Amino acid sequence: MSVIVENLTKIYGTQKAVDRISFEAKKGEILGFLGPNGAGKSTTMKIATGYIPPSSGTVLVEGCDVAAKPIQVQHNIGYLPEHNPLYLDMYVYEYLEFIGSLHRLKGKLLRNRVQEMVQLVGLSKEQNKKIGMLSKGYRQRVGLAQALVHDPPVLILDEPTTGLDPNQIVEIRNVIRDISSNKTVLFSTHIMQEVQALCDRVIIINLGKIVANSDVQGLKQMNKKETVVVVEFDREVDHEVFNFIEGIVSVEKKGGNSYKFVSRDKDVRPDIFRIASENAWTLIGLKQEESSLESVFNLLTKNE
Amino acid sequence: MFAIYHKEINAFFNSLIGYLVIAVFLTFVGLYMWVFAGSNVLDVGFANMETLFAFGPVAFLFLIPAITMRTFAEERKDGTIELLLTRPVSDWQIIFGKYLASLTLVIFALLPTLVYYVSLYFLGSPEGNIDSAGVFSSYIGLALLGAVFTAVGVFSSSISPNQIVAFIVAVLLCYFLYDGFARIALLDFSSGIAAFIASLGLDYHYNALGKGLVDSRDVFYFLSLIFIMLLTTHLVLGSRKW
Repeated sequence: MSVIVENLTKIYGTQKAVDRISFEAKKGEILGFLGPNGAGKSTTMKIATGYIPPSSGTVLVEGCDVAAKPIQVQHNIGYLPEHNPLYLDMYVYEYLEFIGSLHRLKGKLLRNRVQEMVQLVGLSKEQNKKIGMLSKGYRQRVGLAQALVHDPPVLILDEPTTGLDPNQIVEIRNVIRDISSNKTVLFSTHIMQEVQALCDRVIIINLGKIVANSDVQGLKQMNKKETVVVVEFDREVDHEVFNFIEGIVSVEKKGGNSYKFVSRDKDVRPDIFRIASENAWTLIGLKQEESSLESVFNLLTKNE
Repeated sequence: MFAIYHKEINAFFNSLIGYLVIAVFLTFVGLYMWVFAGSNVLDVGFANMETLFAFGPVAFLFLIPAITMRTFAEERKDGTIELLLTRPVSDWQIIFGKYLASLTLVIFALLPTLVYYVSLYFLGSPEGNIDSAGVFSSYIGLALLGAVFTAVGVFSSSISPNQIVAFIVAVLLCYFLYDGFARIALLDFSSGIAAFIASLGLDYHYNALGKGLVDSRDVFYFLSLIFIMLLTTHLVLGSRKW
C-alpha cells in the first residue's frame, strides 16, 4: 500500500473539515477524490503532503508517517497544489530545475530529468519562455511537470484540470494516465466525467466524511434502485392508467407529449408498450435514462 | 538551502531590483560623501569616512526593507509558499536561504564603497593618514547592522501577504531598534536606567564598533538580534501548524 489514511481528522476552530476518514491507495492505481467544494478534499491533501498537521489520525506514504518524518514523505510525493501556484517571472526550465534541486537532484541528472518532463508534458517549444507568458493550459503542464520532476512514487494532484478548455483537459488526462502505470495517483476534482475517464477507484467525500468508496461501475449501481423512463406519444394521453403497472412509483407529464415514469426494482418498458398498444396510442419515443454519476453524486452529497 | 539561496539571488539579479538597490545606495552615500556641501570629505578636510558610516544606516533603513519585503509576502500572496513547504526542505532551510540571499545583496551594495577608503588613503596628507582600524571596525558594524535590518525585514515579510505592510513594518521596527531605545533613554522617567535602556539600541553598539575596537559583546548583541528575528520568523512560518 503506498498511501494509507487512517482515522484522519482536521478541526479548524470548531469546524470539522475532515472527520475520521480512512482509505488506502495502491501502486498503479488512479484514485479520484470527489466532493463538492469545501468537502475536505484539499485539506486531506494538504495533510498528506505535510503542509499542515492533522488534528488526529495518521497518513502513511510508502510506509512513512507524515507527521513523524515529513521530509522523507515529501521526497516520495509529487504535489500539485490547488490553483497551481507558480513563479511567474521564472523561465520554464529554470523553474523545473529549481524544484528538482529542492528534491536534491543535481547536475546532469537534473538537466536530463527536466528535459524528459518538458517532453512528456509537451512544453518543448515553451521551455525558454517565462511562465508568466504562458496560457493557463501550458501553466498547468508546468505544474504537472514540476510534480513529476523527481519521479515520485506517489502523485497528489489537487484539481489539476480546473479552468482548462476541453482539449486541454483531455491532454492533461492523457499525461496523468501515461505516467500512472507505476505510480499511485491521488487526484481531486468535482467534475464527474473526469472520474469516469480516468479513475480506477473513486472516493466521494462530503462534509468531511467519506460517503462512497468504490470503483466507477459500483458507484453507478448505487443509484440502481430507481429507474427513470421517458416516454413520448404522438398526442396527449391519459397517463393515469399507467399507475396500475406493477413497480411504478410515479408517472408525470413532462411537457409536450412526454411523460416521465419512475419505477422501482423492475423494468416497466414492456408494460408501457403493451398498455399503449391496447389503447391504440402511438408510441414515438421510449428512453430509459442511464443512471449517471452525476445523479449518484447528487444523491450522496445532498446537504439537507 | 542552496537551491533556495540560488533562486533568490537569481530573482534579484534577473530583475531590476538588485541593480536598483545597489545603484540607489551608492548614489545616495556617494553624493553625501563626495558632493553635497557640508558633508563631503573635501570640504570637511579630514581623511575619514564618518559620512558613509553616518548615512549608511539611514540608507539601509529604507533600502533593506525594500529588498526583503517580497521574501515571504510574495510567496504567501501567490500561494507558492505551499509549493516550498511541501518539498523536502525544512522551514529553517527556507528562512536561511532567503535571509542569506538578501544579505548577499546588502553586502554587494556595501562592497564598492571600499573604493572610498582607497581614495581617502591616497588623499590623506601625508599619504595613508587614515584611521584604518576605525574604518574597518565601522565596516564590520555597518555590515552587522545591515544583517540585523535584513533579519527584521525577513520577519516583517513573513507576517503579512502584503508587501507594502511588510515594508512599513520593517522600516518601523528597524527605526525603533536603531534609534528608539536611545530616544526612550532621553525621556524623564527613565533617568535611573537610561544607560541600560540606551544600551539595548542598535546605534549604541554600532557606535561602539565605530571606535576601532571590535568588542565581542557588541558582535554578540548583533548576532542575538539576528537570531531572535529569524527565530520569530520560524515561529510565524510554523504557525500554520497550530
